[in-house]
Amino acid sequence: MSDLAASTPKTDGALAHVVYVLRSNPVTLLAFSMFAVLLVAAILGPVLVPYDPLASNAALALQPPSFDHWFGTDNLGRDVFSRVIVAARLDLAISVAAVALSFLIGSVLGSIAGYWGGWLDAVLNRLFDTIMAFPLFVLAMGIVAALGNTVENIVYATAVINIPFYARLVRAEVNIRRDSGFAQAAKLAGNSDVRVLALHIFPNALPPMMVQVSLNLGWAILNAAGLSFIGLGVRPPTAEWGIMVAEGANFIVSGEWWLAIFPGFALMFAVFTFNLLGDGLRDIVDPRQRS
Amino acid sequence: MAGRLSTVGLRITHAIPVILGVVVVSFLLTRALPGDPAVYFAGAAADEQSIAEIRTALGLDKPLMEQFLIYAGDVITGNLGNSLSTGQPVLQDLANRLPASLELTLTALLLSCGIAIPLGVLAATRPGSAVDHLCRVLVTAGVSLPTFFTGVVLIYVFYYLLGIAPSPLGRLDFIYIEPDRVTGFYLIDAAIAGDWETWTGALKQLVLPATTLALFTLAPLARMTRAAMLSALSSDYIRTARAAGLTEDKVLFTYAFRNALLPVITTLGMVFSFTLGANVLVEKVFAWPGIGSYAVEALVVSDYAAVQGFVLAMALLFVALNLVIDLTYTLIDPRIGFETK
Repeated sequence: MSDLAASTPKTDGALAHVVYVLRSNPVTLLAFSMFAVLLVAAILGPVLVPYDPLASNAALALQPPSFDHWFGTDNLGRDVFSRVIVAARLDLAISVAAVALSFLIGSVLGSIAGYWGGWLDAVLNRLFDTIMAFPLFVLAMGIVAALGNTVENIVYATAVINIPFYARLVRAEVNIRRDSGFAQAAKLAGNSDVRVLALHIFPNALPPMMVQVSLNLGWAILNAAGLSFIGLGVRPPTAEWGIMVAEGANFIVSGEWWLAIFPGFALMFAVFTFNLLGDGLRDIVDPRQRS
Repeated sequence: MAGRLSTVGLRITHAIPVILGVVVVSFLLTRALPGDPAVYFAGAAADEQSIAEIRTALGLDKPLMEQFLIYAGDVITGNLGNSLSTGQPVLQDLANRLPASLELTLTALLLSCGIAIPLGVLAATRPGSAVDHLCRVLVTAGVSLPTFFTGVVLIYVFYYLLGIAPSPLGRLDFIYIEPDRVTGFYLIDAAIAGDWETWTGALKQLVLPATTLALFTLAPLARMTRAAMLSALSSDYIRTARAAGLTEDKVLFTYAFRNALLPVITTLGMVFSFTLGANVLVEKVFAWPGIGSYAVEALVVSDYAAVQGFVLAMALLFVALNLVIDLTYTLIDPRIGFETK
């Protein structure tokens, strides 16, 4: 992550700035270490966990947290700790895939709208307005319901509702640089429009985009978990935080709190990490916006 | 005044293409059903002929443009199709359940405005104080809270551990009788009927879900109030007002607060969008009989007409709400409206 922020023009100065920000702001450092924990859980999770996340054992159903089962066991006797850790991969994969898709599509559409303007700009703006006119979670529900209840469609739905944010950001960044000196120089040197746009203008939009990506990842996780909480996308017995909270919610009224609380905390941890990271990245990229 | 009116008129016409777009999108969603909708609606035991009949009956053999016009006509006349699970027209189902959702959403928004705005103002007027830190913690933690999880935690603490909250099942415990329907808002209906026992019962059921939703909306509102208040307080006109010797209250509330309110109202519009989405989750957690849980039930049994009707209704509600917010904006701030395109 820090490489990306450091790839702004003056590499030395930027790197020093990153080090300076990290040193003066321990919260950002904390965010980076929390992010590392998430990555380890997502990549190595299935190897690290003590139990098979899908293996049920009726004799050990609904055991409270203990030394053997740190987070207790669920109604089928599955180890909640193992399930929470293993779920990190799926939850992160869904949100990363969705955010990557909306980043890609949003960048292309936003660049087109910002660079060429005219009727293309007008049509695209109208399209984004229409998407934003829906309460976004509700639109995601509608898309998943229409396309079919699968994990891929959760990804597509989350991507669609995020596209306008990226597209508008890129459009604004591209638009203000469209006629700037360096862009005109690049054109005079014989570069095609597409080349100027992709290699000379668009890279300038990347720093604010990275902030948006980080903030968006947290939101995408919440969104995907929310969808699976209401029974869309991920199916039992797959381990996923949203669905685990949903299943655990049935037991909360009888006092078996560990079923829902631990996956919920995992979810909060992930979202909180990305939010902190986004704020930290913003401090590095754009110190003026610090609140 | 004429200028003001034309601004309002212009803003209303701006909403028309958006509404059109919303109808187009929801039409596309109904036509994007997995596979052939005619095969789906004909059921498992259908043969070629009955599928063809259903296709003609649903108008699926017509060109897409014509299908859209028929759909738009249906939407205008309020015909959203019949729900498979309840057998009722979708519009009627939605209308029956809307008051429950609105009662929950509005209570939650009132609650969160009531906390977030004073908190933001206090934090901005006393930077670095305990209130400021509390505000910052709330804002950072609040945006990371999954609504459905907050709901579950609140149920555990207040229902299971402390035993103060009633069981999280719906709008009213079965020992009370539903108040006569006037507005559909139980609190208002019970008050009209003078039945304070039912009123208390309904309020008790409402507290937890409303708090869940309010916690979710608290963060953006408090953050915006604090930021807007800070920027208003550091402006030139506040310095002038102070230099002119106005009292601190006058400076704070008449000048700073009124100006800070504008971005807060804009945020409120955005927050409402999130709330309408979060409503679905909260209604599921608390078995609240609103339109959100209606949509979730419909999703489970693949009742597409009901889901699409819900999505369309929510979008139209949101467009209308944004319109109202923009109009309020024009009315309270005379500076706005002269540079509308």
